[in-house]
Amino acid sequence: MKLLASRLRRIPIGGLFGGAIVLFWIAMVLLGARVAPHDAGEIVDMDVFLPASAQFPFGTDYLGRDMLSRVLHGARYTVGIALAAALIASGSGLILGMVAAVRRGWLDAVLSRALDTLISIPSKMFALIVVAAFGSSIPVLVLMAGTIYTPGAYRIARSLAVGVGAQDFVRVAEARGEGTGFIVREEILPNIIGPVLADFGLRFVFIVLLLAGMSFLGLGIQPPNADWGSLVRENMAGLYEGAPAVLMPALAIASLTIGMNLAIDALGGRDALGGRRRSGEAG
Amino acid sequence: MLKLVASRLALGILSLLLVSAAVFAITSLLPGDAAEELLGQYATRETVEALRASLGLDQPAPLRYLHWLGGLLTGDFGRSLANNVPVAQLIGARLPNSLMLAGATAVVSVPLALAIGITAAMWRGSLYDRAVSVLTLSIVSVPEFLVATASVLVFAVHLRWLSALSAASDITSLAQFFRLFALPVATLCCVIVAQMIRLSRAAIIDQLRAPYVEMAVLKGVGPLRVVLRHALPNAIGPIANAIALSLSYLIGGVIIVETIFNYPGIAKLMVDGVSTRDLPLVQACAMIFCAGYLLLVTVADLCAILSNPRLRHP
Repeated sequence: MKLLASRLRRIPIGGLFGGAIVLFWIAMVLLGARVAPHDAGEIVDMDVFLPASAQFPFGTDYLGRDMLSRVLHGARYTVGIALAAALIASGSGLILGMVAAVRRGWLDAVLSRALDTLISIPSKMFALIVVAAFGSSIPVLVLMAGTIYTPGAYRIARSLAVGVGAQDFVRVAEARGEGTGFIVREEILPNIIGPVLADFGLRFVFIVLLLAGMSFLGLGIQPPNADWGSLVRENMAGLYEGAPAVLMPALAIASLTIGMNLAIDALGGRDALGGRRRSGEAG
Repeated sequence: MLKLVASRLALGILSLLLVSAAVFAITSLLPGDAAEELLGQYATRETVEALRASLGLDQPAPLRYLHWLGGLLTGDFGRSLANNVPVAQLIGARLPNSLMLAGATAVVSVPLALAIGITAAMWRGSLYDRAVSVLTLSIVSVPEFLVATASVLVFAVHLRWLSALSAASDITSLAQFFRLFALPVATLCCVIVAQMIRLSRAAIIDQLRAPYVEMAVLKGVGPLRVVLRHALPNAIGPIANAIALSLSYLIGGVIIVETIFNYPGIAKLMVDGVSTRDLPLVQACAMIFCAGYLLLVTVADLCAILSNPRLRHP
């Protein structure tokens, strides 16, 4: 406990702030529907695009629904789906990357080549193609985002694992006759988990941005459900009045992604990843 | 050097082939096909079979892929399912608009981003550098549509410089052309300049850490000369890569910007194609975007090879 406290004190204030925002939104995934003052679809006022007031802190939307409630309900889609997809991307990338690094040979060559092909399709293009072919139901969106960001996670996990795998303690384990599973789990994983977690955070940010963009185009979460991207889309008419209905969901996205970036920076994640990440992935 | 260049070109073509296979595979994984889609649920089995045969859908997938690929190479992109017009005709009408938008954005944003990125790297750690870092990180970590709507809000609503609606169809004078064009280009620049600044700043700083720069500084070379004469030539490769990668942001940005401004470009065409699930159109647009992206990445790698004497004279 004392150790934890002293560690927390060493984290810059920006990092703590960012982490708190991220944790808040993750809590809203579970609690958002319960703490919201109104139902997501309930029309609370005849006036549309109301400015912020004590009764409606985020104003009302284009149909006169309470914006605060809609943002809180939307957390489930924006944050929840992105978390699931990031877990798929980082999880499968990590496992495939470590196995490829330990096994080498044809498995490594085939996996690397196949995933390199995926990386040379810009992420937005991939998303559009998948939605054109399969529609935009939630499982499709989760799997699509998970697939797009697997190659990046694979590259990082593989290059980290190759570095660790060249060290003596792994050679000793191999000489002892340990299997691939043991070496991956006990020798390699504990030594690369820090940078892998930082990469998970970045991947989460990319996925939030990608899915919000798709919803903004009307090709993501479909009505009556709405994530924050759809909320910006449906209230675009209020932009010229500067209505909070269009600004608030946008700010919610920004707070989530900037908060995550601050948290990763504070934990030294970006430096640990070093030059391993190709920045083109986010496009 | 020729061997290196040739192998890089071959790799680019191989990637493009693999990408085309991936695009085709994703769009033909689903059990139902275009024939059923076109005829609706009241079609009899015979009419579906007949249409399938006339569309060539009764052939096995690898054969259809080769046929489709042959079509792409000869400029025959198939017919759009939504309005039964040749896809090539739809794209031909829109592609120049998008290329104009992308070209204008590149002309404005590349010099701007390089100037800011290089100066930020020169005065590393200064107030200016930190402000640039914070600002660009914030822009990179919010969605493109947010940057785009914010710039509409600033340029068109608050400052009232320009009209928010643009249509490239009824342009009579040059002044009007710039008026209509400026806002989409400005918006698109906001979206991609931030990424380009971050990458070029990082590339220069990477070079400034090298021993030869320390040597130059110890020799008494001025800071401007260190950056421009010593660090910059060595950073051309990484910077070319940075520009190519940020132009991949341009793809995401173009999609959003064309949608917001209702701009008659190819990205808007593709988004409309996705919402009507017009697969031949989507396939063709996707291949154009992917080919453009791969071309940029390949050119960047070639720049890196040609700018590096160690690779040029092995």
